[in-house]
Amino acid sequence: MSTVQTSDLGVIPATLVESQRRRSAAPTGDETVATGPPPVEIRDLTVAYHERPVLWDVDLTVRPGKLTAIVGPNGAGKSTLIKAALGLVPVAAGWVKIFGEPFAEQRRLVAYIPQRGSVDWDFPTDALDVVTMGRYGTLGWFRRPGKRERQIAMDKLRQVGMADFARRQISELSGGQQQRVFLARALAQEADLYFMDEPFAGVDATTERAIVELLQELRSQGKTVVAVHHDLNTVDDYFDDVALLNVRLVAYGPVDDVFTHANLHATYGGRIGFLSGGPAETSAAVAD
Amino acid sequence: MSIALVIMITGALVGASCAIVGTFLVLRRMSMMGDAISHSVLLGIVAVFFFTGSRSPILAVLGAGAVGLLTVSLVELIYRTGRVKEDAAIGLVFPALFSIGVILVSRFPSAVHIDVDHVLYGEITFVAFDRLTLFGVDAGYRSFWLLGAMTIVNALFVLLFFKELKLATFDRGFAAALGFAPTVIHYALMALVSATTVVAFDSVGAILVVAMLIVPAAAAYLLTDRLLVMLGLAVAIGSGSAIGGYWLARWIDGSIAAAMAVVAGVVFVACFLFAPRHGLVARYVQLFTVRRAFARSLLLSHLRLHPGGVSMETIGERFLWSRRMTSNVVTAAVQDGLVTDSPARRLTLTKLGSVQAQQVPGH
Ligand SMILES: Nc1ncnc2c1ncn2[C@@H]1O[C@H](COP(=O)(O)OP(=O)(O)O)[C@@H](O)[C@H]1O
Ligand SMILES: [Mg+2]
Repeated sequence: MSTVQTSDLGVIPATLVESQRRRSAAPTGDETVATGPPPVEIRDLTVAYHERPVLWDVDLTVRPGKLTAIVGPNGAGKSTLIKAALGLVPVAAGWVKIFGEPFAEQRRLVAYIPQRGSVDWDFPTDALDVVTMGRYGTLGWFRRPGKRERQIAMDKLRQVGMADFARRQISELSGGQQQRVFLARALAQEADLYFMDEPFAGVDATTERAIVELLQELRSQGKTVVAVHHDLNTVDDYFDDVALLNVRLVAYGPVDDVFTHANLHATYGGRIGFLSGGPAETSAAVAD
Repeated sequence: MSIALVIMITGALVGASCAIVGTFLVLRRMSMMGDAISHSVLLGIVAVFFFTGSRSPILAVLGAGAVGLLTVSLVELIYRTGRVKEDAAIGLVFPALFSIGVILVSRFPSAVHIDVDHVLYGEITFVAFDRLTLFGVDAGYRSFWLLGAMTIVNALFVLLFFKELKLATFDRGFAAALGFAPTVIHYALMALVSATTVVAFDSVGAILVVAMLIVPAAAAYLLTDRLLVMLGLAVAIGSGSAIGGYWLARWIDGSIAAAMAVVAGVVFVACFLFAPRHGLVARYVQLFTVRRAFARSLLLSHLRLHPGGVSMETIGERFLWSRRMTSNVVTAAVQDGLVTDSPARRLTLTKLGSVQAQQVPGH
């Protein structure tokens, strides 16, 4: 494809943007499109830090009951996209709706896993206590977590295989275990939509498999997951849909349709050399 | 009531009220902000005297609270421009506000009735002579009323919003996503830090306030893995240091406020060295134990590969261990019945040793 050479530095071929817009406007895929508003609907979203735009005019409509990956180079605005959806960063233009309403009215329906590195793991608390925090939203102001909350938290810890570590100080957990604790906390929110920022970052192989199984379980329960993912080699294994992001949304749709070499090139510029030989390369080559 | 008792109770109240809010400053890595606030509030106090001519403690607390929040907002404003780091922003803001306060004090001493020494070092000895008159009736020591009220307000705030404070401190983004307004909590906490600073300030001065905000909480942090326990320990260490400081000052015949800070510092150093799990010594022992266990597993797997026996020298050369290290590792293994040292000075595994060698990871 001739667009590959011209698409360095994120210059997006017009045709690609067009096809993407059509796709996001009317999600394709399953015929049995669930009725009701989409889990996430993003329109013309622009976010800037210090007047420098980090997200530019992003449109995205997430399909319900699907696992969606957000993929893009470092600093592409992936975390910012999630934070904007959750109202954590000011939006310069555009809007986001969660199940048809502004996020502030739908908090209880949404679970969030921040990047693991965004919190201080030396905080004086243990795994069970962190997972219990997932219940705080339902508790609201002033009400203290009690037996019931801890019971739920314990169940979720068990679900991620961390029951034995409930009373362990969180700094004494490995990276993978910390990530499982975060996952359990999100599960404790008992939400319908899950935003996860790099859930697979720095985890061991066992944890990675456990997380994948959990994602599939969530999907089988009809939940929607939007996860930032950094490993291009596993995108097609783990996810149904993918959003390729580099300040702008380069492409979005079912992995089989949009996870192409051309789109990756448009997203990563010249920086996808490390891909060669990987499964993504092969699938991309086929798609080309 | 004896003067000694009044001073000790005052000091203990300073320690308690500061430790409660200080715990969250330490956990939020905002010690510098505590320092900044405790200095810049001077401007608030002075400005209130200057413009209203009133020495009302309530007005002073309000004025100081406002300047405290101004400090925090200015720091954030400068930091948010993305041009300087947060500590630099703090370093820009508080000396400016503090020096305006100092200029006002030194230029118009008669208007503000305080002197700079008093601001920096406090004069806790005077608290016993400073009584509060309410409706023409003597109501007891002023410091008890002010510091007691501050301690209660701080304790109520922290206990009432314990869950929210914990969440906003540990994971601000998550707290915001749940709708717990971490920014509001942040400013409320900063307002309390400012108010506490002013109230404590009057008795013990700006420098001891900084010590009392940060040091007991930092020591308590080393002693426990539970937030509530940390709060309790910080309060105990803060009050205890104040009382201990009084006796130290009596003994060495020195400044009471300084002695209180010194005792808190000594407690911190003791915790830093000897805290059960996070102290330097405990860490060292832990590291030592891990190294020894690793050395032992190396020894066992090596002997397993060489059933004919290996000499002590070969072991040392193989793993680049010093003579002493080799001897220590081998002797310990022999004592635990894992290895036998034959008369020919060749080491072999015992039955128990072979079993353990099989459990060494990677074999
Ligand atoms: N709080 C912030 N203040 C200023 N710049 C920020 C902030 N957060 C992120 N950025 C910048 O915005 C860009 C996008 O960041 P982010 O969304 O974290 O990217 P990603 O998650 O894709 O790696 C980066 O250049 C980053 O440096
Ligand atoms: Mg990120």
